[in-house]
Amino acid sequence: MPSLAAPPRRDASAVISLRPSGFDELGLRRALSDRMLPLLVAAMTFLAALALAGWFGIAALSRHWREGAGSALTVQVPDAQDKAADGDTTRLAAVLNLLTGTPGVTSAHALTNEELAALLRPWLGNAAASTQLAVPVPAVIAVRLNQPALDVGPMARRLEQAAPGTMVEDHNVWIRRLTLLTRSLQACAGLALVIVAAVAAAVVAVATRAGLTRRREAIEIVHGLGASDSYIAGRFASRVTWLAAAGAAGGGLVALPVLLVLANLAAPFGSQSADLGDWTTALTTVPAAMWASLPCLPVLAAAIGFLTAQGTVRRWLRRLP
Amino acid sequence: MLRFDMVGLRYAPVGFMPSVRTGRGGAVFGRGEPGKGDRREEGRRMGRGASPEVLHDITFHLHAGAFRWLLGPSGAGKSSMMRLMYLAVRPTRGRLTLLGTDVTTAPRAALPALRRRIGVVFQDFRLLQHLSAFDNVALPLRLAGRPEGQIRADVTELLKWVGLSRYLHLSPASLSGGEQQRVAIARAVITRPALLLADEPTGNLDDVQAERLMHLFKELNRIGTTVIVATHNEALVARHPAPALRLSEGRLISMDREDRDMRPDAYDLRPVAHE
Repeated sequence: MPSLAAPPRRDASAVISLRPSGFDELGLRRALSDRMLPLLVAAMTFLAALALAGWFGIAALSRHWREGAGSALTVQVPDAQDKAADGDTTRLAAVLNLLTGTPGVTSAHALTNEELAALLRPWLGNAAASTQLAVPVPAVIAVRLNQPALDVGPMARRLEQAAPGTMVEDHNVWIRRLTLLTRSLQACAGLALVIVAAVAAAVVAVATRAGLTRRREAIEIVHGLGASDSYIAGRFASRVTWLAAAGAAGGGLVALPVLLVLANLAAPFGSQSADLGDWTTALTTVPAAMWASLPCLPVLAAAIGFLTAQGTVRRWLRRLP
Repeated sequence: MLRFDMVGLRYAPVGFMPSVRTGRGGAVFGRGEPGKGDRREEGRRMGRGASPEVLHDITFHLHAGAFRWLLGPSGAGKSSMMRLMYLAVRPTRGRLTLLGTDVTTAPRAALPALRRRIGVVFQDFRLLQHLSAFDNVALPLRLAGRPEGQIRADVTELLKWVGLSRYLHLSPASLSGGEQQRVAIARAVITRPALLLADEPTGNLDDVQAERLMHLFKELNRIGTTVIVATHNEALVARHPAPALRLSEGRLISMDREDRDMRPDAYDLRPVAHE
């Protein structure tokens, strides 16, 4: 048939490319902009990374303390060089004898003056190392046990008989308290993660609903042309998933230097050196699990975005026949 | 192919409907925020204080390959009939069978596939303004998952045929009313639908273009498409005589003899539930 078209009278600005690389029939590139949603998801991811860092940091610290102290006892012997109750040896030697003869004890080592000074340095400064201290310091015996659950009561009584005033400090009490504390802190970090995820889901839902309202007419047209709910939901979900993943990647990258600084600050508590580590040690002090879980954040954000968008759109579409 | 059994239609009260476009352009039924549009709630709303029924006891039957005018004055229910046939609403009573599927009982998930076999030319075109003419026409094929190469060939061919080959890449907004209408028509027929519905398709066309369009419809009808055209244009009807379904005040007042539903039980279907 002959063409009935009117003569050309178009302006160039109205030209749309013949086959857009991403066919965007619902106009989602404008309805779900690449500004707000990624920014909010990035902020959520930053918070999630901090919570994760808290979780792993606490876990590492508590493990370190448990391993270091769980199978150890400290015995303090005041007036160590005085005669023991039996009169033959010094009180220190008597206590050491008793300890090495106790089943379950692998070693009993009386700290030298230098070791004692190192131990006291955080509290007393270098004065502890240089000269004799003005205050009398009891001898300290570090005892290692091969069974952490050993009941130290009977042993403490025998030591008390041999050298009255000897104190057995059972670290397990502290370990239990520390464990309780770290568990609570970890629970808080976990709760923070859950809340961040919930808020992220809410943000995605709100953004998706705004997009649905903005593209209502286009959706109705496409629906009328026979698009299934899963098709329309899929279009929204793929856009939202991409935006959430991009935002989360950005947020994770921003969190990275902050985590390194924190790891550097936390390093002295996890190692024996009292100095702040340099940056290379900071990298190694971040637990490996942390490195592994950080890349999971964008994946998790994408999953939250996908599921939330799917759910929101499908629920919304049910109003159409 | 198409069977109405005592079909009645009642819209949900204003404020609960998705946007409804009807006859003379513009929304008649509000497009306010629809609550939760699930059918349970719809049923509850129907119960009391619902809006009046707009179609009553529509009963007829069309065999495949029919060509029918749908006639009647404004407000007679033509647009509501069309909406039933392109599955924008479901009957509130009676039974409607479309292309072999009982749409009154079919699960919602079965409707999209059915819609893809129905082509619709809307009076207000309903083109996507952010897409080019090409993409608008290609949309039904892409929804059907056709290969891109075939889509390009088919769409280019059809747009050439309706005389728009030079404007493939233009947005509908930069096309004239008649050109937009031709895009809308191309989109409706690109999938070779089994049922073609047109609501005032000649409204924006001059006589020459309207004749051209009628030739296209008749051509499609000859190769097996069932065509239903709703119009006010009596001159057009006179030039192209064909059986007509006439509506008045929501009732079907006349139809071709062969469209009468002759099944013995056809009229035994009593209105269901919410009446």
